[in-house]
Amino acid sequence: MRRLKILEYALSSLLRRKYKNLSLVIVYALTISILASILFLTHALKQEAEAVFSDAPNLIVQKLFAGRHDLISTDDIHLIRKIPGVGDVHPRYWGYYFDALSQSNYTFMGIREGLPGLKLVEGQMPAEEGECTIGRGVARAQFTGLGDQLVLIDSRNKSVKFRIVGIFDAASNLLSNDLVLMTRKGIQKFFDFPSNRATDIVVEVYNPEEISTVAAKIRKMLPGTRPIAKDEIFRTYDSVFNWRSGMMLTLFSAALFAFSILAWDKATGISGAEKNEIGILKAVGWDTADILELKFWEGIVISFTALLGGLTAAFVHVFFFNAPLLTPVLKGWSVLFPTFRLTPYIDLYQVFVIALLTVAPYIACTVIPSWKAAVTDPEMVMRS
Amino acid sequence: MILHPGILALLAGSVITFAMLLYAAGTGIQILRGWDFTSSSERQLLLERKTFLVSTIVNYTFGFQILSLLLFLYTADRLHPQFVGAMCATGSLNANPAGWNVLFLKIILGFASAFWITGNILDQRAEDFPLVRPKYTALLFLTPLVGLDLYFQLRYFTGLHPEVITSCCGSLFSERGFTIASGLAALPPRPMMRLFYGTLLADLGVALLCLKSSSGTSRILLALFSVVTFFVAIASIVSFVSIYIYELPSHHCPFDILQQGYDFVGYPIYLTLFGGVFFGILPGLFHPMKKIATLQGLIEGTEQKWILLSILLICSFVVLCSRPVVFGAFTLQGYR
Repeated sequence: MRRLKILEYALSSLLRRKYKNLSLVIVYALTISILASILFLTHALKQEAEAVFSDAPNLIVQKLFAGRHDLISTDDIHLIRKIPGVGDVHPRYWGYYFDALSQSNYTFMGIREGLPGLKLVEGQMPAEEGECTIGRGVARAQFTGLGDQLVLIDSRNKSVKFRIVGIFDAASNLLSNDLVLMTRKGIQKFFDFPSNRATDIVVEVYNPEEISTVAAKIRKMLPGTRPIAKDEIFRTYDSVFNWRSGMMLTLFSAALFAFSILAWDKATGISGAEKNEIGILKAVGWDTADILELKFWEGIVISFTALLGGLTAAFVHVFFFNAPLLTPVLKGWSVLFPTFRLTPYIDLYQVFVIALLTVAPYIACTVIPSWKAAVTDPEMVMRS
Repeated sequence: MILHPGILALLAGSVITFAMLLYAAGTGIQILRGWDFTSSSERQLLLERKTFLVSTIVNYTFGFQILSLLLFLYTADRLHPQFVGAMCATGSLNANPAGWNVLFLKIILGFASAFWITGNILDQRAEDFPLVRPKYTALLFLTPLVGLDLYFQLRYFTGLHPEVITSCCGSLFSERGFTIASGLAALPPRPMMRLFYGTLLADLGVALLCLKSSSGTSRILLALFSVVTFFVAIASIVSFVSIYIYELPSHHCPFDILQQGYDFVGYPIYLTLFGGVFFGILPGLFHPMKKIATLQGLIEGTEQKWILLSILLICSFVVLCSRPVVFGAFTLQGYR
C-alpha cells in the first residue's frame, strides 16, 4: 500500500514536469526503437530464411574448380548412389539471369517435378520446353501475366520466347519472387549446358544423423567436390545475421551513450522547485530511503513508457513499413532484393535483451544524481 | 567471438554493474573505516547518507546479477545451433569450458546477491543500521566475484568459435563416464526417487515445525535441510525428473527442459527450487542476528513469511517435478 502511494506520488510529480520528462521519454524511446528495429528485423529475416530453407535438400554436392563453384559431372550421381543409406540422388540445373530491361536479377531453375513448399496461385508447372512458371516479382517487372509470353535473351544472344503457364505465390514471397521455373530441357538449352554437366547434385539421406558421414564419404570419393549440409546453411545464416545485428548494435551503442549523457544531464540539472519539493517532503517526514524509492519509481515509469513507445515504434517501422532505414544494411548485397512483407513476430527474449541494454545504462546514469537529490538537507532548502 | 545481441547485453550489463560495484566498494571501505553510529560528526552524517547511495547501487547491480543468470542460460541455449553436435545449453557451454565457470559463479552470485539484498532491507528498516559492518565486509568479498564473473564471461564469449565441434548433452550426460555429470546421471532412479521425496518431505516437515516453534535449532535445521534439498533436487533432476519429462530413459540433460519443445518447464522448476531453498535458508541465516535488539522484532515479524514462501515454493517444485512422473505416459517398468 505504501509502495502504491509512492508510485502515485511519482506519477503526479512526473506529470507536473511533463515537458521536461516528455522530451526525455521521446529521446529514450527513439534510442530504444533503433535498437529494437535492428533486433526485430534480423529476427524476422532469420525466420524468413529458415522458412525458405526448411524444404531445402539435406545434402547438396557442388563441384569446385580452382576454389570456385563449377558444373558437376552427372556421372558422379552413380557413384554417390552406391553409398549405403543414400536415397534419391538427382542433378539440379539452375542459374542467374540479368534482365537488362527491368534491371533485375532472376533465378532460373529447371525442374523434374513440382517443388515442395511453393504454392501455385494460378496455372500449372511447366511441362514442355517452351513453357515457364514465374514468381510474382518477375511478373511485375515484366508487366506480364498468365498466358503471356516471356521474352529472354539466351547465351547465344538470341531471343527466346517462353509461354507463362503459371504464377507463383509461396508461404514466403522471398523464395519465389524472382524465380523462373522451366523444364530441365528448357534450361539446358537456354544456358547451353554441356551434356552430362549439372549445376549441382542433390542427395537424399534417409537418416539425418548420417548426413555428416555421407558427406565425408562423398568428399573422400570425389575429392574435387564440396558437400553442403542443410544444417551448415542454417548455421551460417544464423551466424551471419547474429554478426550483422551485433555489428549494428555496437555501432548504434554510440546513440545509447549520447542518450546516457542526456539522462545524466537531466537528472543532475535538478530545478529549484524540485529541490524545494524534496525539502518539503523530508520536512513532513519522508526519509532518504523514501525519496530514493520515489526516484526509483520515477525511473521505472520513464523507462517503461519509453520501452513501450520504442518497441511499438520499432514494430511499426519493421513490420508495417518494412524497415526502410535498416534494410540496405541488414538484408544483404543484393540491390534488387524482392519486396516482401515480414511476418510480425515478437520474441520475448529480444524484449528482455533490449530492456537490459537500454535500462541498465539509464539506471547507472541516474543513480548518483537521484541520491544527491534525496540526501538534500530540508533546512538548507528552506533557507535558500 | 559471436556478436550475438544477448552476449552484448550480458557483457555491457556486466561491465556497467562491475564499474558501479567498484565505486560502491570504494565507498564501502570509507564507511567501514569511519563508521561510528554514536558520533554526530559531519563525517558520520555524510557516511550515513552514503550508505543510501551504496545500498541503492548494490540493489540494482545484484538485481541485475539475478536477471543475468536467466539471460546467460537462455543465451547459451540460443547459441547451440552455432556448434556442430550441440543440442542445448550443454553443447554451448562445452564449446568453451569457461562457460561452466560463468554458470556456477552466476548461481553463487545469485544466491549471495539475494542474501545481501535481504540483509540490506532489514538493516535499513532498523533505526541504528546494525548490519553496516557485516554488509560492507560482505560487499568487499562479493565485488571481486562479480569481477571474476565478468572475466570468465569475456573469456567464454571471446573464446567461442562457431566451427568448434563440441560434444552434445547426449555424450556428457551419458551413463558411461567418469565425470560428475555422468555420475549424477548414473544414479539409479528408484532409490533416487525415495531420497528425493524423503528429503523434500523432511524439509517441509522442518519448515512446518519452524512455523509452530520459535526455537533457533529448528531454523538452523531448516537452513541445513534447504541446502541438502538443493543438491538432492539437482541430482534428482538429472537422475530421474529429466527422463520422465523427455520420456526417454537415456536422456538426463538438465538444460533441455529449458527449451520450447518442453514448454520451458525448466524455468518454473528451477525458479521454484532456487526460491524455496533461498527462503528456507533465510531464517537460519538471520537467526544469530536476533541478538541485536533493533533487529529482533523485524526478523521475527518477517521470518514467518519466509518460511511460508519456502513451503509454497518447495511444494510447487514438487508438483512440477511429480506431474510427469504421476500423470505422464512414460513409466520406468523394466528399468532397474
